[in-house]
Amino acid sequence: FRFPSPIGHISTCPSLIGQCCKTHPGSFQEELVIRPLHSGDIYASFQFRTLWDTDFLQEGQKVSHYRLFPKSLGQVLSKFSVRELHISFTQGFWRTMQWGQPFIPSPPGAELWVWFHDTVSDVDGNWKELTNVLSGIFCASLNFIDLTNTVQPSASFKPLGLGNATDHRFLRYATLPREIVCTENLTPWKKLLPCGSKAGLAVLMKSEKLFHSSFHSQAVHIRPICQQCSSKAWELRQTLNVVFDLHTSGQGKKEWSLFKMFSRTLTEACPLASSSKVYVDITDNPEGELFELSPATPLLGQAVVLGDRRTYSVYDLSRAETFGQLRSFNLLLRWKGDSGDMLRPLLHAERYVAGFGLQTGEIHTVIYNNHPYRAFPVLLMDSVPWYLQLYIHTLTVTSKSRDNKPSYIHYQPAKDRHRPHLLEMLIQLPPHSMTEVTVQFERALLKWTEYTPDPNHGFYVGSSVVSALVPSMVAMRTNFTQDQPLFSSFVPVKEESSYFVRVYTEPLLVNLPTPDFSMPYNVICLTCTVVAVGYGSFYNLLTRTFQVDEPSPPLSKRLANLIRRMRGVPLLT
Amino acid sequence: MGLLSDPNRRKALTGLLTRLNTPICIVCYLAGIVWFMGLAFEPFTLRTYMSENAMGSTMVEERFSSGERALSLAKEFDAHKRKAGGMPVEWLVKAMQSRGLEVFTQSFSRKLPFPDENKERYMVRGTNVYGILRAPRAPRTEALVITAPCSPGNTNNQAVALLLALAQYFRNQIYWAKDIIFLVNEHDLIGTQAWLEGYHHTNITGMEYSPLQGRAGSIQAALSLELSSDVITSLDLVLEGLNGQLPNLDLANLFYAFCQKLGVLCTIQGKLQRNDWDTAEGYTHAAQTMMLMVLKQACGRSWGDHGLFLRYHIEAASVRGINSFRHYKTDATTIGRLLEGMVRKLNNLLERLHQSYFFYLLPSLSRFVSIGYYMPAFGLLAVILLLRVSFPGLCHCFSVSLQPSSPGVLTVLTPVVISHLTGVALYLLPVHLQEMAVEHFPVSETEAVVLTAIAIYTAGLALPHNTQRLLSGEGTEQGWKVLKLTALLYLAVLLGCTALINFSLGFILAVTLVPITASITPHMPKALYAVVMVLLSPAFTILYCVFIYQELIEAPVSVSEGWMLFLSVISQGILDHALYGSLVYPLLALFIYPCWLMFWNILFWN
Repeated sequence: FRFPSPIGHISTCPSLIGQCCKTHPGSFQEELVIRPLHSGDIYASFQFRTLWDTDFLQEGQKVSHYRLFPKSLGQVLSKFSVRELHISFTQGFWRTMQWGQPFIPSPPGAELWVWFHDTVSDVDGNWKELTNVLSGIFCASLNFIDLTNTVQPSASFKPLGLGNATDHRFLRYATLPREIVCTENLTPWKKLLPCGSKAGLAVLMKSEKLFHSSFHSQAVHIRPICQQCSSKAWELRQTLNVVFDLHTSGQGKKEWSLFKMFSRTLTEACPLASSSKVYVDITDNPEGELFELSPATPLLGQAVVLGDRRTYSVYDLSRAETFGQLRSFNLLLRWKGDSGDMLRPLLHAERYVAGFGLQTGEIHTVIYNNHPYRAFPVLLMDSVPWYLQLYIHTLTVTSKSRDNKPSYIHYQPAKDRHRPHLLEMLIQLPPHSMTEVTVQFERALLKWTEYTPDPNHGFYVGSSVVSALVPSMVAMRTNFTQDQPLFSSFVPVKEESSYFVRVYTEPLLVNLPTPDFSMPYNVICLTCTVVAVGYGSFYNLLTRTFQVDEPSPPLSKRLANLIRRMRGVPLLT
Repeated sequence: MGLLSDPNRRKALTGLLTRLNTPICIVCYLAGIVWFMGLAFEPFTLRTYMSENAMGSTMVEERFSSGERALSLAKEFDAHKRKAGGMPVEWLVKAMQSRGLEVFTQSFSRKLPFPDENKERYMVRGTNVYGILRAPRAPRTEALVITAPCSPGNTNNQAVALLLALAQYFRNQIYWAKDIIFLVNEHDLIGTQAWLEGYHHTNITGMEYSPLQGRAGSIQAALSLELSSDVITSLDLVLEGLNGQLPNLDLANLFYAFCQKLGVLCTIQGKLQRNDWDTAEGYTHAAQTMMLMVLKQACGRSWGDHGLFLRYHIEAASVRGINSFRHYKTDATTIGRLLEGMVRKLNNLLERLHQSYFFYLLPSLSRFVSIGYYMPAFGLLAVILLLRVSFPGLCHCFSVSLQPSSPGVLTVLTPVVISHLTGVALYLLPVHLQEMAVEHFPVSETEAVVLTAIAIYTAGLALPHNTQRLLSGEGTEQGWKVLKLTALLYLAVLLGCTALINFSLGFILAVTLVPITASITPHMPKALYAVVMVLLSPAFTILYCVFIYQELIEAPVSVSEGWMLFLSVISQGILDHALYGSLVYPLLALFIYPCWLMFWNILFWN
């Protein structure tokens, strides 16, 4: 059963609830990071974390009491023996060259990857059911995930939570690059939050504003983590990333505020949250020369994110003074400087289809290592649908116009109509270089029922995934403490000198040879007629031997001849 | 078919065909010509209509208003262009960046096979500047392109400025679903070619270019803008692309629809539309417009920057502002609105433009002739060749020549091979021998190339007759029949294939080649027929086309001017082949001319 109307309860008696949260196993944190971007745009990243000290997967234990953790997800986890689940819905493409690295990357469209528990015997069956259930929960077309677009990457997707599962038989990965994300996906996502969209940071999520942006991405990550390493806990992270565009939303004025971004201001924290904070990245603005931030805050925080030490202004929503006298918190950010040039992120990748015509083509994946002196390896994962028939012998990897031999290649060829190509490679990127991976393909001619309703739009090929440990500029923090901001603690850091980055390239839109569907009837009739009438009768005409038919002799003559033959005299002609 | 399987009736049919062969051929020829001329008659054509649903019902509202600003920008651009003595790359990059685009440049260089005297260039070095407007919440899979060439002198400043003004306006809108690429290319077609090859990472013409840094997925459509004055009187739509490819008719319909909506005068082939189809003038006007299109399409070159996009399956058209002395004026804001409307509708596309026709002729912007209507005109001409094949003497000797012991095959082989070797020489030598020619004769490289081509062409006339004697001695009656049979079939296949790809070229060649090739035999008065054959040879066809074209664009030329034009057309044809991969020159040199030489050989058979 669910906690009856928690909000009403809590607002009347916040202190009581605060206590109860500590006693009960499970906690909820929310935070919003705002990063003013070089280009004048603004990046807002929401993270909500729900922790629950229980184990769904223990034998014989049936969890039926849910508090903060959404029941719909909990049941799914236990029913399908899911060890780890990551799902993201993204509308738009993250522009690394302008915006830098995102906190949690995601490819355009929908992405789903799941590690199943190693007790599962029928992984494919579980996967199929799971995608259908998730499709219902998130109102998305995840039911289009089937064996033809599911792969089992051998190295690119390691579990992010507890446990060292390495047997990729229990991993399933699929993307739907064509999936369109909209309000209907946002609403069920918001419902998973303990406070819904009624209190806390989630009140800012008005869909008409969130979808009036350059980039929108929402995700759910569920994984088992180790809480003080005494017991296993389940962590549910819901993230929502959005980038607002200066040009389309400003009337020439270079300023941002919470109200302008979300058409709402904050009035309270989510009463169920143990911490509720707003961070503003002011690293590039130590003296306030780039932008002006109001209200100012005395609280400053530092975090090491993506190999860089960043400084943040922190606004704690659980404290009343944050809201001021108006009892409303509206952050205002006024730009003073000019928008800068393009960035040069250390790792960057892009992809395109080369060539023309409808028969063959070539997929180019270009990976940039912009580190001035360090080389580092990256894992490239490509999953290509079967209707692009890869010529794997044409695979070339070149860096600095020299052949670059991958140290590890895992290639699984496609089976027509059954499974996609999977190509994973470990490539060493020389410092300050551009590495180009090319592979040629032939476009298959589909059966006429296999075409989508709009075949001339083209067919999508999902993003390729570049995963790497990038050398860090500053020492990364390896100890995993509770007081770290959420955005800097998602991917566990194993060593100080490098940090983990995943870069998604753009999906591809490839045209396949398409019959003219607008007149199938004419075409079928005409060709059949021509073949039947023309070919048939000509064949008949050419193979038939013509000879003059001798009219058969009348009966009397035949009788006469019979008699003559018996008599032995010459026959009549 | 019962007709054919009955031996008596079959005999009657072949008898009829044999007896009436010549009259039937003459009737077919005349019918073909009349059919073709009838295509321009309005009751026989169809009214254009928008086939694509995504562009039809969804009317868009145009709000572009900074035409004035564009014009002042044009002046600024002009000043910077003068200062830089070419393309003001840095200024353009800054201008695009300040408008919120992702800006990239591409440098390219190309050494022409021989100097282009029309445009006075030989070593071409240039830079393309392009800015990408990233559509919000789009995954970089689809793009539209708007290009404006940065031409030398005063031309096209307004086009570039309008491009920038549109970029600024477009950047502030939220409704884009496809990225929009604003391309300013230098050295017109060479720049476009370099950019397209860079974008698709191909190299088909030996261009040297730097790789592109920014891309935006598969390009769905492209518009090229050419504008040289502040106000214009009409907009001209140019559709003919490389190798006679045409964009989808819906693109023309889109342009026409917006011209109607905004009240802009629009022309095609520089000719306004007339409403009086039932008068002689009205018909002549439509026929002239269509003939211009046929001539332009036949020559296989790209008549604007758009023409090179078509190879990459990108629907493209050029919009050209014309400033003549009409008093009906259109300002830059209206042109901007027209482009805005077109781009917004293209932005609404769910699929590539594919609903409407790809093969058509336009006697006016609102009327079109589809492939089903114009193909019979060609078919009537082509059937003459087949009828001549079925001429009984020919058929009989063919079956004889197939017997291995017969000398027929060999007699045919020598003229065929020698004709084709002449063709190969015509294709290869002009460009490769230019240095030698320049050394020995007082001519420029371009003249050397053209004159070498003409010299080889003429030498070919002297060379191959009597070649069959090399192997088999005296030419036999049977020999020329076999040769003619081969040549007729060859020509029929050649013309048929050409007409499928480029109807205009196939039709023009058929009109001139079919009558003489169908009737040629060695028993005719040689001198007279030699003159007629030469006058109907492919080179003279080009010459006639030059004169007719000049006549049709109302700029008639004298004979000597025409001759100079003819020479430049040949050099342009060779250049187009080398630079952009136009196929007309190799087609004529390697196939049509040798085929014609085979008939020439028949005339001098003895």
